Amino acid sequence: MSTSTLTHMLQTDSDSLLQEWLTEQLQATTLRRDLLNEADLRRDSQIFLNALTQAVQVSPALDIDGAQWQEIKAVLAALSRNRATYGFTSSEVATFVFSLKQPLFQRIAAALKESPQKLQSELWSVTVLLDQLGLYTLEVYQRSREDIILRQRQELLELSTPVVKVWDGVVALPLIGTLDSERTQVVMESLLQRIVETESTIAIIDITGVPTVDTLVAQHLLRTVAAARLMGADCIISGIRPQIAQTIVHLGIDLSGVTTKASFADAIALALTRSGFQVTRQVSRARTP
Amino acid sequence: MERIPILKLGDCLIISLQIDLHDRLALAMQDDLANMVIETGARGVLIDISGLDMVDSFIGRILGNIATLCRVLDAETVIVGMQPAVAITLVELGVTWDNVRTALNVERGMAFLRLHLDASQAMQTAPEETHDDADAGD
Repeated sequence: MSTSTLTHMLQTDSDSLLQEWLTEQLQATTLRRDLLNEADLRRDSQIFLNALTQAVQVSPALDIDGAQWQEIKAVLAALSRNRATYGFTSSEVATFVFSLKQPLFQRIAAALKESPQKLQSELWSVTVLLDQLGLYTLEVYQRSREDIILRQRQELLELSTPVVKVWDGVVALPLIGTLDSERTQVVMESLLQRIVETESTIAIIDITGVPTVDTLVAQHLLRTVAAARLMGADCIISGIRPQIAQTIVHLGIDLSGVTTKASFADAIALALTRSGFQVTRQVSRARTP
Repeated sequence: MERIPILKLGDCLIISLQIDLHDRLALAMQDDLANMVIETGARGVLIDISGLDMVDSFIGRILGNIATLCRVLDAETVIVGMQPAVAITLVELGVTWDNVRTALNVERGMAFLRLHLDASQAMQTAPEETHDDADAGD
């Protein structure tokens, strides 16, 4: 597939084409004037047209996997990524490429008025080309959105696993949110790392913030406990709410090998007792109002 | 053939693994240790694996076996200094070591052994006394 009319047109008539394309884009309902001003749009369109002109000059083949299309793909990828970060929707991003069709088709139709056969094949070639470019834009857009989500998930993962040193030789891990395999891995690693750093012999895992406990979550918890035990630290699981306790019993999860406490306070008291600490209250102070 | 050195300290034996164990070395260590326990009449064995970065299921099993073996020979075994990555790997491999004592570092491991040996000595001198020592029940 090749299109000589397109090549010729892009070389000779690019200024007025750009102008018309811009008008088209500015009229489109999907234009986000709040996120994009006219100057930027003009610049983006100019860059794209230049790249397109260059690409069709090198070789008339219209398969965008070729080497000469690398540059225009890079241009589109940059534009798509940029707009994805600014919060454009997918159709708003895709319209950038698709809106070029109308001015381009008008020109081709005018140029090839005489031969309908040629006009049809030319239009088809250009449609295929622009569709490919548009779809590529969408792909990049989607990928960059997925990257954003992935990064946020990663950040959330790191945020949600603080290991707190409660006392000399006692660390605590307040878990918040649902435990999945990936998160358990991060939790386990950071807990074990902190156990080594602080030389703690007791680790309290508080599951007050865990909404549901199913067999999988329980299994993850037990694995963490087993790993800590292998390193020479004992684990106490605390913060088991009444519903969770019922679920555990219903599911038949065996927690007999693990020390469990109803509240975090109980767990701390036990940890302190085990480490040989004693908590006393000064009577005279306690009486003063 | 290279060997893992076994050090004697009082009535305890100490092994410090500084290189990655391969299978034959591990088996040789197991044999040497068993011999040493009998020769010296040691009552405690401390294995420091803080230098061990990698384990497979075989090494995990061997270490567990060593502990059980020493218990049969009446020597309490404590494995100390396990790296977090090693602990995670062992759990993933399904190695639980239910009857193996572990401690965070050599210091705590020795403190545990000392406590255990003192307790069992006290029990031997006064057998009629009832003990509620949790370690003796293992």
